Amino acid sequence: MATAEGKHIYYVPHGSKWPAVGTIGLFTTMIGAANWLNEVSWGKPAFYVGVAILLFMMWGWFGDVIRESIKGMYNSQVDVSFRMGMMWFIFSEIMFFAAFFGALFYARMYSVPWLGGEGDGALTNFYLHQGYAPAWPTNGPEAVGGAFQTIPAWGVPLLNTLILLTSGVTITIAHHALRAGHRKQLLVFLGLTVALGALFLYYQAEEYIEAYQHLNLTLGSGVYGSTFFMLTGFHGLHVTLGTIMLLIIWFRCLKGHFSKDHHFGFEAVAWYWHFVDVVWLGLFMFVYVL
Amino acid sequence: MKSLATTRIRRAVSAAVLATTAGMVHASSMPARWQLNMGEGVTETARNAYRMHMIALWVCVVIGVIVFGAMAYAMFKFRKSKGAVAAQWSHNTKAEVIWTVIPILILVVMAWPATQMLVKQADTSNPVLTVKVTGYQWKWRYEYVDYEGKPTGVNFVSKLDAESDKTRQLKSGLDPHAVKVGDEATYLLNVDKPLVLPTNAKIRFVVTADDVIHAWWVPALGWKTDAIPDIINDAWTLIEQPGTYRGQCAELCGQDHGFMPIVVEAKPKAEFDRWLAAQQAAATPATAPAAPAPAAAPQG
Amino acid sequence: MATHAAAGHHADHHDDHDHKPQGFWDRWVFTTNHKDIGTLYLVFAFIMFCIGGAMSGVIRAELMTPGLQFVDPGFFNQMTTVHALVMIFGGVMPAFVGLANWMIPLQIGAPDMALPRMNNWSFWIMPFAFTVLLCTLFLPGGAPAGGWTLYPPLSLQGGSSVAFAIFAIHMMGISSIMGAINIIATILNMRAPGMDLLKMPLFVWTWLITAFLLIAVMPVLAGAVTMLLTDKFFGTSFFNAAGGGDPVMFQHIFWFFGHPEVYIMILPAFGVVSEIIPTFARKPLFGYQAMVYATASIAFLSFIVWAHHMFTVGMPLGGELFFMYATMMIAVPTGVKVFNWVSTMWKGSMTFETPMLWAIGFVILFTIGGFSGLMLAIVPADFQYHDTYFVVAHFHYVLVTGALFSIIAAVYYWWPKWTGRMYSEKWGKFHFWWTIVFVNLLFFPQHFLGLAGMPRRIPDYNVAFADWNLISSIGAFGMLCTPVFMFLILWHSKKHGAAATQQVWEGAHGLEWTVPSPAPHHTFTEPPVIRAQDLAHGDPTH
Ligand code: HEA
Ligand code: HEA
Ligand code: CUA
Ligand SMILES: [Cu+2]
Repeated sequence: MATAEGKHIYYVPHGSKWPAVGTIGLFTTMIGAANWLNEVSWGKPAFYVGVAILLFMMWGWFGDVIRESIKGMYNSQVDVSFRMGMMWFIFSEIMFFAAFFGALFYARMYSVPWLGGEGDGALTNFYLHQGYAPAWPTNGPEAVGGAFQTIPAWGVPLLNTLILLTSGVTITIAHHALRAGHRKQLLVFLGLTVALGALFLYYQAEEYIEAYQHLNLTLGSGVYGSTFFMLTGFHGLHVTLGTIMLLIIWFRCLKGHFSKDHHFGFEAVAWYWHFVDVVWLGLFMFVYVL
Repeated sequence: MKSLATTRIRRAVSAAVLATTAGMVHASSMPARWQLNMGEGVTETARNAYRMHMIALWVCVVIGVIVFGAMAYAMFKFRKSKGAVAAQWSHNTKAEVIWTVIPILILVVMAWPATQMLVKQADTSNPVLTVKVTGYQWKWRYEYVDYEGKPTGVNFVSKLDAESDKTRQLKSGLDPHAVKVGDEATYLLNVDKPLVLPTNAKIRFVVTADDVIHAWWVPALGWKTDAIPDIINDAWTLIEQPGTYRGQCAELCGQDHGFMPIVVEAKPKAEFDRWLAAQQAAATPATAPAAPAPAAAPQG
Repeated sequence: MATHAAAGHHADHHDDHDHKPQGFWDRWVFTTNHKDIGTLYLVFAFIMFCIGGAMSGVIRAELMTPGLQFVDPGFFNQMTTVHALVMIFGGVMPAFVGLANWMIPLQIGAPDMALPRMNNWSFWIMPFAFTVLLCTLFLPGGAPAGGWTLYPPLSLQGGSSVAFAIFAIHMMGISSIMGAINIIATILNMRAPGMDLLKMPLFVWTWLITAFLLIAVMPVLAGAVTMLLTDKFFGTSFFNAAGGGDPVMFQHIFWFFGHPEVYIMILPAFGVVSEIIPTFARKPLFGYQAMVYATASIAFLSFIVWAHHMFTVGMPLGGELFFMYATMMIAVPTGVKVFNWVSTMWKGSMTFETPMLWAIGFVILFTIGGFSGLMLAIVPADFQYHDTYFVVAHFHYVLVTGALFSIIAAVYYWWPKWTGRMYSEKWGKFHFWWTIVFVNLLFFPQHFLGLAGMPRRIPDYNVAFADWNLISSIGAFGMLCTPVFMFLILWHSKKHGAAATQQVWEGAHGLEWTVPSPAPHHTFTEPPVIRAQDLAHGDPTH
């Protein structure tokens, strides 16, 4: 709640050019991507230029925020705003993943059984897809993408699960170290977290290569391939972003940006990392194991 | 001398009356000019839809009269210019409970018959005739899959009639009013080859599509169902009166979505049998599509 | 409490906080000021309403008489699709966000939005998103033409527009989510001491819940259109039954977004009307807490009714029944709201200035739209109504005479606070009565057309439908004049309007009426002390 604690008045920043830069970056990225998909020659370069502008924007914007924070312009109320912002952002991400999980569940619980003639799908199967038996994994009655094999859950995916779980522990240790003021421990464990994130990505890349080169499991492998790559792909993208964020935070720790009780940047990234972690557990269960 | 407006209103009213008492012998489902209300149709399903529609309509009218009446009274009575002094209360628990509970009861009363009708309508088992309907951009294919337990091999495409098609071209300059069958203005509601169906027989439709989603809808039959590529939806009807019933595709399916009408011609059984036999005779040399053995068709 | 407001000039720890930035770029492009950003949103929405209105003009011109006179069917479908996208995402939603930006800080005693720079970004993404969308009109193959609901496989048949439309929707989504996050953080974190949750104006409450809905469902839309994108360009089979997916799956995901979306467009409208009616009835809002709970219940129910848009897709019987019951339930909390508005008027001391007229118009015509919604919820009847003009009539009553009316009401209501000038009551009332006549000519006959069997989304029809279509088109042309009226009325007010007082309306309560008119560039830089008599709600009498 707003309290006018003396001079501690809510910080309302001056005008800033970063949002405008961000808008131009986003616009260039999107126009570029759309043209790229439509096979227009300048689409791809425009996309990358847009991404570069976005990165530049983030650099500058976060830089401003960090400088203001270090100057002590933020009171605890501003801090709460940032926290809420991050929390609700993560909630929106959860809902984004929910759409893809929803697609997975719908395919497994409804569309595939119906195509296979179960429940309300008897006539569909009879008239259109005779001989198709429902099963999971599947690439549908017309075997879209051709025969494929799946990645066994108990190999690399299990390893990746352990990696991410461990990284959840290491970041917590790092957080405790930060709060206790153990700088060295902080840097080591945060560094470990970054390394684990990178390791996860390495294994995932291996897994994708395996899938594409040896298992004929691709984005085009019917609904199984679609859900598999969409979920693991977007998750992987989030791990990538999370790892980059962790790395930035590591450098900020190195520079001594954070104090024992004033380190929202660190916490935001930690929350994000835990979120990525939890999504993975859902993925591991529903994409690989079950 | 009657003014134009009165004649129009009269025509509207008589059209509405006509639409609700439609067709005794050879029924038609043409929409009427100035029509105001839903038609009653020629199947139990359509009558059910009409009944639920009227129940809901009257419920809303009554609630509307009460709510808007109270508002009108308040606006008339409690205006500052008439010296009204504002009361300052802002609660009345009893009233609030009443206007929460009563609507719930009204809703239950409406949901009850609706549920019964739906349950009945969901049962497509034991049809006399099964027709497979396939939507294409922008025409329909009808396959008489089996009739009285036997495959028929009859199968044809039905699309917008040539006259409508000519008239509907952009800036054709042709008058849509001039497109007629008998004295019915059938612009955009006529096809080259109608779907012929027997009356008083349970007919099951299995509906699908070949490219995008369409929806098969003949208002007089009382339902529509989406035609979805690679999926079958089923529905049934039992037409009570011979007649010509017209409908349209009811799901946006691209640029000619407005131009893929449906015409059902319902004939008494004997006549239908003759028609079917003629079709079969004509079709025998041609390759009948590989319709799967109907005897095995699930009844669910 | 003029003292607080005037206290814009106090010892701030920055240099130039007291004055408006002078240059155009500083004032409008780099701004972090909630009032300026609110203005930007409203101006943007106004322009979008005009563009969407122009498209509806094309639609209604073609539908005026049977036969194709002006546009080919493909272009007609583009108009329908883009009209809806522009009106919903470019008109109604930004207009409400603009109102939120202007009013929420003023109503809760906050110095600004919680995250002012992000606020700027949320806004500026919008014009660019619509540039991406509208530029498709000039591409070969034209704009998206599969309906605003974007159902596959049809929507995937679009040419190069598909990718543009999808990325435009992504941009709108990013903007909406950031805007909503900002609103939630502002409401939860920035209230002046003493502004308890249950003392907040209803407009703030409805926006809190709306913002939650936005954050919950905009990402789902983003997911849905992303899957469309990969189905088209990367060979996935989400919506392709041959590969084990299902076109209907898209509809489920879309409407999981789409139904809450329609409440996103009406809850803030409820908020606006709940501010205006007590002011002009000079009587506290009846059943304040019930209003809050009703809003929350509507929001909750909105998540479990989505498939009422899909009664004809061939759902299992159990699904049809569940979605029918859940949908019908929404009439109960919505009814509570309507009854509370009427009770607020009861034994009041009413005057009928322009905002009140729009609010009353809202209550009556929205309720009519709600009634037709309830009829649509009844499955056996919806088998007939679905995809006809009856549905078109329903949603225009709730959207135009609902959402749009409330936006217009809000603009007239708060305009004097924003600009310090009164508008002409005479012309404001003229605007209202003109609209009432033409909007009903426009949309009421569409009920009849739908019942008589006219499907929606068709460019041409049988001659039996000609008469009501002509009347509907006449209504549309009347409606198309209204943005011009409104522009002239507001322009005139800005130039020549009489000065507004601080309270503006005799019966107005709430913090926004304790600051001068026009509201200074910065307000409540120090949190105000809240006195019971300044509050709009929250029960001084209880
Ligand atoms: C602001 C937008 C808005 C709002 C508020 C609503 C409100 C409601 N809508 Fe509507 N709707 C749309 C926008 C909206 N809708 C749109 C855009 C579409 C079409 C989308 C498309 O296909 O393109 C649509 C379509 C649509 C359909 C699908 C129709 C079809 O395609 O076949 C249905 C079906 O159930 C429906 C139902 C309802 C119901 C029950 C409500 C309820 O919330 C209404 C509740 C209100 C009342 C009932 C009135 C007040 C209550 C009382 C006075 C109490 C007492 C009353 C009784 C007990 C009856 N709507
Ligand atoms: C909020 C949304 C909204 C609004 C305002 C409107 C407004 C109008 N609509 Fe539309 N419409 C939709 C949403 C909306 N519509 C949707 C979702 C569809 C379905 C599309 C689909 O099938 O995919 C549709 C479809 C639709 C159809 C059916 C097309 C078809 O099925 O083929 C028709 C036909 O008559 C139509 C007509 C009109 C007309 C004449 C108006 C007129 O009311 C326009 C006149 C109004 C104005 C010109 C704006 C006035 C604004 C102001 C005065 C500004 C005030 C604001 C500020 C100051 C900030 N609309
Ligand atoms: Cu076929 Cu619309
Ligand atoms: Cu809905």
